[in-house]
Amino acid sequence: MSSEKKEREPLFSLKNRKLITAPLGRDNPITVQVLGICSALAVTAKLEPAFVMAISVMAVMGIGNVVIAALRNTIPPRIRIIVQLVVIAALVILVDQVLKAFAYDVSKQLSVFVGLIITNCIIMGRFEAFAMANKVWPSFLDGIGNAWGYGWILIVVAFFRELLGSGTLWGYQLIPNAWYIDNGGFYANNGMMILPPMALITVGVIIWVQRYRTKELIEEN
Amino acid sequence: MQEIINIFVKSIFIDNMVFAYFLGMCSYLAVSKTVNTSVGLGIAVIFVLGITVPVDYLLNEYLLADGALVWLDPSFADVDLSFLSFIMFIAVIASMVQLVEMIIEKFSPALYSSLGIFLPLIAVNCAILGGSLFMQEREYQSIAEATSFGLGSGVGWFIAIVGIAAIREKIRYSNVPAPLRGLGITFIITGLMGMAFMMFMGIQL
Repeated sequence: MSSEKKEREPLFSLKNRKLITAPLGRDNPITVQVLGICSALAVTAKLEPAFVMAISVMAVMGIGNVVIAALRNTIPPRIRIIVQLVVIAALVILVDQVLKAFAYDVSKQLSVFVGLIITNCIIMGRFEAFAMANKVWPSFLDGIGNAWGYGWILIVVAFFRELLGSGTLWGYQLIPNAWYIDNGGFYANNGMMILPPMALITVGVIIWVQRYRTKELIEEN
Repeated sequence: MQEIINIFVKSIFIDNMVFAYFLGMCSYLAVSKTVNTSVGLGIAVIFVLGITVPVDYLLNEYLLADGALVWLDPSFADVDLSFLSFIMFIAVIASMVQLVEMIIEKFSPALYSSLGIFLPLIAVNCAILGGSLFMQEREYQSIAEATSFGLGSGVGWFIAIVGIAAIREKIRYSNVPAPLRGLGITFIITGLMGMAFMMFMGIQL
């Protein structure tokens, strides 16, 4: 019988803080783990839908990780994929209904991509890799951290695509109207940035910059 | 008949799953290292899309859409169950993938062993769920149209993954800047392929 009391881990210990900060940089879900690419590219033509998408994924991942971590000892391993899919699908239905009620325009712009959060591999991936084997609080932090790591890439891509493609940010005109060629100026929007291929190339450039700065991420061909 | 062929061609080239909507990118990036495995995965995706889209079409038409339950009883005319479609579609996809896996294992062990792990992974490939959701959003008129859309999207995905796998096999011999190797250059090549596919956008069907 041990008489000394077990030291309780503080809520934001070094280990827990790392769960939040690692996905922002060298453990980023998009550029390093290669999870959740589909939605990351499709919703980034404008800043607003990208932001809404990031918040939605954060809600689904935070709550989902908590639910799975709480149930982790009662889920039979053979049917865990179905259980995980049901949890995700139920949460995504909630998010979809909330968006339709309070942000109808954005929900129309996101179209099928809200539903596709269900098959967003980032969520299944974190359930499998983390929530099935860890306690509730670290799982919650891991969910929020990874969703934020996913979100900031989305926001960076959307920032450049909207600024260079439409000359606006969050719908507000940033480039003065007098600069445009139509009004006798010298400037024209790069229409290419709005089209799908440039999303891929923008993410490729982000990966390039990140790997240039953190050499140990460089792959062997 | 002409309408059906139009939908087929359109879903391969103009509304290509990978280049126009970025669906199924995760397995597209992970499995495209060699041509052989990517051919296997591509065939499996055509197969599963060709089955799940028509099944989900029937489900949507007779169970989920606004007033779809009228065939059961006229008093159900204003029942709208469409908020349940995500969970129904994903359940159909998961069970269909399981079923297809068992059928292939029984009748064609050679194909089964060559597909290997990729068959079960298809359940979480977003191209499959995306196919069903686009089918619902675009309101196809008949089951034949839905089937041709499903098969066409599968063929489009197949072309994309085989193309990138062939390019990646060749690019191994090129001198790519070190930080771009692997993932980065694959993204950029996919972007360039997407630009090439954009020339089909002008086709009127």
